[in-house]
Amino acid sequence: MFIINCPYCGERDQSEFSCGGEAHIERPKQPTELSDDQWAEYLFMRKNIKGIQFERWNHIHGCRKWFNVVRDTSNDKIHAVYKMGERPPIK
Amino acid sequence: MCNLKPLNIQYLYSIYEQNMKNKYSIFSLIKNALSGHENWQRAWRDPEPKKEYDVIIIGGGGHGLATAYYLAKKHKLTNIAVIEKGWIGGGNTGRNTTIIRSNYLWDASAGLYDHALKIWEGLSQELNYNVMFSQRGVINLAHNLQDVRDLKRRTHANRLNGIDAAWLSTEEVKKFCPIINTSQNIRYPVLGGTLQRRAGTARHDAVAWGYARSADKMGVDIIQNCEVKGIRRSGDQVEGIETTKGFIKTKKIGVVAAGHSSVLANMAGIRLPLESKPLQALVSEPVKPIIDTVVMSNAVHAYVSQSDKGELVIGAGTDSYVSYTQRGSHNIVEETLRAILELYPIFSRMKMLRQWGGIVDICPDASPIISKTQVKGLYFNCGWGTGGFKATPGSGDLFAHTIANDEPHRLNASFNLNRFVSGDLVDEHGAAAVAH
Ligand SMILES: Cc1cc2nc3c(=O)[nH]c(=O)nc-3n(C[C@H](O)[C@H](O)[C@H](O)COP(=O)(O)OP(=O)(O)OC[C@H]3O[C@@H](n4cnc5c(N)ncnc54)[C@H](O)[C@@H]3O)c2cc1C
Ligand SMILES: [Zn+2]
Repeated sequence: MFIINCPYCGERDQSEFSCGGEAHIERPKQPTELSDDQWAEYLFMRKNIKGIQFERWNHIHGCRKWFNVVRDTSNDKIHAVYKMGERPPIK
Repeated sequence: MCNLKPLNIQYLYSIYEQNMKNKYSIFSLIKNALSGHENWQRAWRDPEPKKEYDVIIIGGGGHGLATAYYLAKKHKLTNIAVIEKGWIGGGNTGRNTTIIRSNYLWDASAGLYDHALKIWEGLSQELNYNVMFSQRGVINLAHNLQDVRDLKRRTHANRLNGIDAAWLSTEEVKKFCPIINTSQNIRYPVLGGTLQRRAGTARHDAVAWGYARSADKMGVDIIQNCEVKGIRRSGDQVEGIETTKGFIKTKKIGVVAAGHSSVLANMAGIRLPLESKPLQALVSEPVKPIIDTVVMSNAVHAYVSQSDKGELVIGAGTDSYVSYTQRGSHNIVEETLRAILELYPIFSRMKMLRQWGGIVDICPDASPIISKTQVKGLYFNCGWGTGGFKATPGSGDLFAHTIANDEPHRLNASFNLNRFVSGDLVDEHGAAAVAH
């Protein structure tokens, strides 16, 4: 349970948002050329990091916009929020 | 009639002698009661790690301890260590709501979960440890037409696989568990349900302790307060583990770390399809017996049973995001309690005493992974997510087989890691997703 600072609406309770999982997984540009291993990687394999994770969130009960969050999954502290298409402000 | 011998002191004493050696029985209970329960022997040793083991199991939960037990018992491998970063059974094994059932949809899952259920039926005797397995039956409720179709289909599939399953009408549900609100005027009315009579509950801690004690007796080293920090590989073969108690050499590593599986996979440089999320449960103040079965409902996400102490044991849902905080969000608990109150208005004034969370490792197809990996000597048993307690004995048995033979058993062959590449998924979202 934590507060998320929506880049469009400001601080709201996490329960207003829905998590879209790991960020920056690129949709394959040439799907027909992908091997089974590459499909498995794209569809299923996840970093599932204990520590600093980059992830997508949607303000589902608010502005309904997608954006990115940098969160430490070991203590749920949020380190940064940035819009879709922007570069992560933290390495 | 059984062969009763005359009760004389000498005879009693001879049985007592036989049972003395650390075996629990009515005789050891009486003897220890007479000495004020101060002379019970410790149930397992507390050894320092050796330099090398034939097999190292990472994770001292029920699944890890069961794996070590079957490796020693069935495969005669006794130079084994179970490495646990905290205390045994302190992970999901000691945090779950203990529901045991085998009514899964697909043949592969039916084989896997019913294998476990059959072992549960004789486990207390086998381990000489009362795991309090109670076949009180599990009901899964249907609240809409799709639920009815899905659950009826699952009932038929179960029967074809030799798993006991029955469809109950709304009236039959009410008869089996009278406190359920079966009014058709509630938001999600009860349209019927399934019943597996062989299903039930067990005492979670006892499962860890029982396996630990029996494994220890066969020579397995159970090493607590020892965290694995690294997995050393030489090329594509494992060499050993780095721990807070130093390096330990081994050629075979079985990882059974539930919510922390991905952390260990990262140490070994392999990828897993898992997401780790908090899952919560809560218990009420103890009350007199009021519900003598387990009732689950996927649609409204609420399930409840009553512990032997009298507490209502209520399971909530997972949070939607990855987290290792072992807490869970308040709104999840609120949603569950709302559903519980609509289905059981009689509980409206119950007080909840405790709430906690565990970190569950969720697989995309809601089925587990019991598998070799591309690294030689590295095996993973994970992805049990919200529902692996029920599988503990079977999972340990099959994982031990996989490690000992470097080949899966027929019953866990489908649960390999490669299914995410081949596409041969075992989709159990219907049977597993929210129900545990
Ligand atoms: C609230 C809740 C309710 C549930 N309800 C049910 C239910 O009703 N029925 C059901 O079937 N299942 C249920 N489950 C799921 C079930 O608890 C798990 O699937 C099962 O207990 C997993 O057992 P395990 O032995 O694999 O994991 P665990 O018991 O979690 O054991 C893994 C162990 O690995 C250790 N570990 C992790 N990392 C390291 C490291 N680096 N070094 C050393 N040790 C490490 C941990 O400390 C832990 O003790 C529930 C889970 C939760 C959280
Ligand atoms: Zn917003």
